[in-house]
Amino acid sequence: MKRYLLAACAVAALATTPALAQQKTVKIGFISSFSGPVAAIGNDMRNSFELALDHLGRKIGGLPVEVIYEDDQVKPEVGLQKTQKLIESDKVDFMVGYIWSNVLLASLKQLVDSKTVTVVANAGASQLAGELCSPYVFSTSWNNDQLPRALGTYMNQKGVKSVFQIGPNYAAGKDNLDGLMLSFKGQVAGREMTRWPDQLDFSAELSKARAAKPDAIFAFYPGGAGVQFVTQYAQSGLKGQIPLYQTFTIDELSLPRLKDLAIGVPGVSHWVNDLPNEANKKYVADYKAKFKLSPSFYGSQTYDAAMLIDAALKETKGDTANKDSLRKAMEKADFKSVRGDFKFGPNHIPIQAFYLQDVVKEGDDYRLKTVAKIVDNDQDPHVGKCKMPN
Amino acid sequence: MLYLIEQCLNGIQLGMLLFLLAAGLTLIFGIMDLVNLAHGSLYMIGAYFAATFAAATSSFITGAALAVAATLVVGMVLEVVAIRRLYGRDHLDHVLATFGLILFFNDLVRWIWGPAGMSLPLPMEMLTAVEVLPGVFYPAFRLVIIAATLVVAVLLYILVMRTRVGMLIRAGASNREMVGALGINIKLLYTLVFGLGAALAGFAGLMQAPILTVQIGMGENILLLAFVVIIIGGIGSIRGAFVAAIIVGVMDTIGRAFLPDLVRTFVSAGAGSSAGPALSSMMVYMLMAIVLVFRPEGLFPATSK
Amino acid sequence: MSGLFTPRNVMVAAVLVLLALMPVYCALTANTFLMSFFTRVLILGMAAISLNLIMGFGGMVSFGHAAYLGIGGYVFGILAKEGVTSGLIQWPAALLICGLFALAVGALSLRTRGVYFIMITLAFSQMAYYIAIALDRYGGDDGMAIQRRSQFGDLVNLNNRTFFYYLCFVLLLATVYLVWRLVNSRFGLVIQGARSNERRMRAIGFPTFRYKLVCFVIAGVICGLAGVLLANFSDFINPSAMNWIRSGDLIVMAVLGGMGTVLGPLIGAVAFLMLEEVLSRFTEFQGLILGPLLLAVALYARGGIDGILMGLRRG
Repeated sequence: MKRYLLAACAVAALATTPALAQQKTVKIGFISSFSGPVAAIGNDMRNSFELALDHLGRKIGGLPVEVIYEDDQVKPEVGLQKTQKLIESDKVDFMVGYIWSNVLLASLKQLVDSKTVTVVANAGASQLAGELCSPYVFSTSWNNDQLPRALGTYMNQKGVKSVFQIGPNYAAGKDNLDGLMLSFKGQVAGREMTRWPDQLDFSAELSKARAAKPDAIFAFYPGGAGVQFVTQYAQSGLKGQIPLYQTFTIDELSLPRLKDLAIGVPGVSHWVNDLPNEANKKYVADYKAKFKLSPSFYGSQTYDAAMLIDAALKETKGDTANKDSLRKAMEKADFKSVRGDFKFGPNHIPIQAFYLQDVVKEGDDYRLKTVAKIVDNDQDPHVGKCKMPN
Repeated sequence: MLYLIEQCLNGIQLGMLLFLLAAGLTLIFGIMDLVNLAHGSLYMIGAYFAATFAAATSSFITGAALAVAATLVVGMVLEVVAIRRLYGRDHLDHVLATFGLILFFNDLVRWIWGPAGMSLPLPMEMLTAVEVLPGVFYPAFRLVIIAATLVVAVLLYILVMRTRVGMLIRAGASNREMVGALGINIKLLYTLVFGLGAALAGFAGLMQAPILTVQIGMGENILLLAFVVIIIGGIGSIRGAFVAAIIVGVMDTIGRAFLPDLVRTFVSAGAGSSAGPALSSMMVYMLMAIVLVFRPEGLFPATSK
Repeated sequence: MSGLFTPRNVMVAAVLVLLALMPVYCALTANTFLMSFFTRVLILGMAAISLNLIMGFGGMVSFGHAAYLGIGGYVFGILAKEGVTSGLIQWPAALLICGLFALAVGALSLRTRGVYFIMITLAFSQMAYYIAIALDRYGGDDGMAIQRRSQFGDLVNLNNRTFFYYLCFVLLLATVYLVWRLVNSRFGLVIQGARSNERRMRAIGFPTFRYKLVCFVIAGVICGLAGVLLANFSDFINPSAMNWIRSGDLIVMAVLGGMGTVLGPLIGAVAFLMLEEVLSRFTEFQGLILGPLLLAVALYARGGIDGILMGLRRG
């Protein structure tokens, strides 16, 4: 008999949890990666979201708020299941997060079909900006190919004539390698794509790069893989021979582990910790004070996501039911972004500036520094393919 | 040509790691007839131990030595507590039980060390390349991996071929019942062999940690390759494992180096760069299937009938 | 069989009745998640039953059964992407390709025994896994979202959750019936005879290789159907569907439920997936409980849950 009781309890436990959608509390589902070598990204995003809520007095749009964090384990199928759970079981009002383009693409249909207002805080899959754009999905990041496109412009200025591209074989990897070629005028000396996320040994690819004798190597390896890549690049003795250019590979999260290895490797970002606006100064200072770490661009985008939702809810006076007015309020984006000016293009992807950043050593500290603005008011190249319904 | 040599070195280095894993696996398989899917967990634990001890003692070598010893202990405890009860059971039981152990160890490590993974930094002087032949540069630490594994392989060879324990191990691999009948303390022998296998796996884990990573689940993909190695080499044969490990390592790396270009000549460039690596991973499994169909006992069968 | 109301029969009946009534409960409480969850249970249960046909009854321990989940899903997904939306083409095509794959794999694998069989089936499923990764047009590593579920004319709408649930339920019952009939037929007796003593079966004059091969193909086709359902249900397919860990999950379900009976794996699927889900709500570290539990099943409860329930009758 005991067994039947146990089984009954298990069914009951499954059945009761999702009960009672509360009226007064805004529920936010948050998907990111909290395990594995990329857990640092997820934590940075969570920290920034929590910091934003602190700044807002633990409320959003003046309403009490509950955030449910879920780990996608960097797997599209897990992200899809967690998304489904947050929408169907927790009945969230907003979805926030998504680091990975492939996780986002797997979950997108669920988000769109359920008309859940979503703020993508990192993943910049080109399809999202183009044919799969949706009235209820917004991005506080960028489109994958915008950063490498800006980098390509810089590489032209530096007189680079040929490049060897290395990146992981998933949606964002392809977008980044393709993105560079939107502006880069030189030749491609080779293009290698490695298995993602489990291939961390790049010896065969680096040997290939050495044999191809290019002017430069371009790499895209976000998260912990970036540390592996830059370390192996240095170990192979290529560092003195062929300069490395990167997007997303060196950031505030990998810098404390890379240290000297990262010096002299230029990159591109839409946000750097030293951007001189008031919102950013407050964000960076309070983040460092609270978490004893430097925030990264992942965090900055998530901070903006919270502020965007807050502004929209204030506009609709806390109404989350009327999706159309909520959408209009989101599109206004009436908030102070830590990157300075912020506005959405018609496909709900920000139109923004991109900066050249460099690694500097100050005493024992390593940090990223803005060098110059490469492009201003940059819009992604896919916007024409987006047929946004009114 | 120089490029080919460099890629072969890459392949041999991967093969060495595979050998360290496969040697323990093939001993355990050959002697105790145990399919141990949790071997990759010991590889992971070795890496975590090394990262922890190296950070505590600020010495890579001390950390590594402590980690190997600790993994040996973990392996022997695991054998006494759980594995011992699986001997003589159906292979399906082994699969189920050790699959359970993978789940257990993954979450145990997550509980103790957190989800983020660790890093095992190398001393700065290891972060360079050495000119092994005129014009061929090779990362210093990868050379260390190759050299250290060769030393281990020689020691293992001496242990198995030249000592009394080794004689029993060999006897056990070819005829289990006979060793038991000779009045040898078979239980103790089994515990020692399992501990030895664990220590080898732990050593493999810590050697790759500085170039790759220390993270949860890191043993799962390489474990499959190690199984491929012992099947190709012949279950129970250390020599077979050594040869097969190098074959698999070189094949995988050479495949990754040359297949993408080959694919590109047939289909579009984009497809080449993504299909190439996948096809080279596939080749290894294809080789195993071919060996199984034509030489089911592997290239170097340990049991002579 | 002594009487109809043995603990085991009561349990099986209770599980089936609960599964049959689940959508009613979900409709009353507007709980769509529970319905999604149990749809997955039904589909994976079906896959586990098909695995058990070869593993439990035929003694062929396949460590690559998830390959059929993936192949079924990919055939459907690829056809959908290429504009063939009719289920009347998609489904038979998927089953046909799964059958052919099983035929090829079986013809080669069944020459081997024991652990070699485990490894060669694993090798073939890994090959399928890497082929899927190489399919650049269909998303490669990322897999692809499937925009439209299979179309079966106006009467049948797979987007309707309740309908989809009952479709899975009916197909599951059909699978159970089919496997039950097979196992108890002359064909089934030969398969089971070959498991316990293949040499004797051959000596009597049965071409056991052919019997086993047919059995292997049937199991592959059933699992392929589960794959089509799963891909339809998640609107998504990626190579991970045929990862070896997923194959391991299927083995766990079958053994946990009990390999001796047709319905055992279904109970195993219900128990395993529910345990995972419930544990994940109480602890981050499910493996610390689930892992030792599997170890215990392997050591002390070979018959699985089914076996325990059978034991209750005697004790």
